[in-house]
Amino acid sequence: MHIRPIAALAALCLLGAAPLAQAADMPTDPQIAHIAYTAGALDVDMGRLAISKSKNKDVLDFAESMVRDHEAVNVQALDLVKKLNVTPEDNATSKALTDATAAERAKLEKLDGAAFDKAYVDNEVAYHKQVNGALETLLIPSAQNAELKSLLETGLKIFQGHEQHAETVAAGLK
Amino acid sequence: MLSKRHFWAPVVLAVATGAVSAQAETITVTVDKMAFSPTEINAKVGDTIEWVNKDKFVHTATVKGGWEVMLPVKKSGSIVVQKAETIDYICRFHPNMKGRIMVAAP
Ligand SMILES: [Cu+2]
Repeated sequence: MHIRPIAALAALCLLGAAPLAQAADMPTDPQIAHIAYTAGALDVDMGRLAISKSKNKDVLDFAESMVRDHEAVNVQALDLVKKLNVTPEDNATSKALTDATAAERAKLEKLDGAAFDKAYVDNEVAYHKQVNGALETLLIPSAQNAELKSLLETGLKIFQGHEQHAETVAAGLK
Repeated sequence: MLSKRHFWAPVVLAVATGAVSAQAETITVTVDKMAFSPTEINAKVGDTIEWVNKDKFVHTATVKGGWEVMLPVKKSGSIVVQKAETIDYICRFHPNMKGRIMVAAP
């Protein structure tokens, strides 16, 4: 629900049989770099919020690993765009992600204790699922530069790991 | 008594170190690009398993309900396998990273 614009784009790409129509709907490398970086940076912010609010060891452990991993991926992403001389370009998908996360963050800020933990971890499961879906169906297939594609593929493996980690933590909260 | 102990101690020591140095090995598992490689290894009781983390991410080698080896960025960690069994382990931070150690009797 948060990444409806991505889903819509993905659907367009899957439906678009004509290669030309497809190419027009696909994000460019500067846009892809921006979306991937934004997705990571937003999750770092949510992780920091959880670290400041939660007292649950598993939740804190998970949040710390989100901050650590997403920062590490984004350092690599920045190094790569610098090397490739690409300027990440803001776009509708990045904006939608940012807005949806801001709304979720506002909700989480009002919660405390077990209610916060559950809402944060459930949102992390959903968020990683959506970002992974976008990586798999849209961002990776659209990436033109081989190094960018390879970084996105590594990112996908990490985020899939996060999704499973979040599911394990969520199961432990029940 | 004393002379007997003097007589046996070096022999026992020699046998023990001989057995260990001849058989115990260190088996290295590389952790790179979100994977344990090799994924499956064969070991004997007493062998050391060493994980070398070449990734830019912190990983672990974790047995659910059992031991855990932390693998900080560009660092390594190890355990000594104690009994004959098949050990399935994961990375706790990225449970999609899986590995297996098949430990045989010495
Ligand atoms: Cu890991």
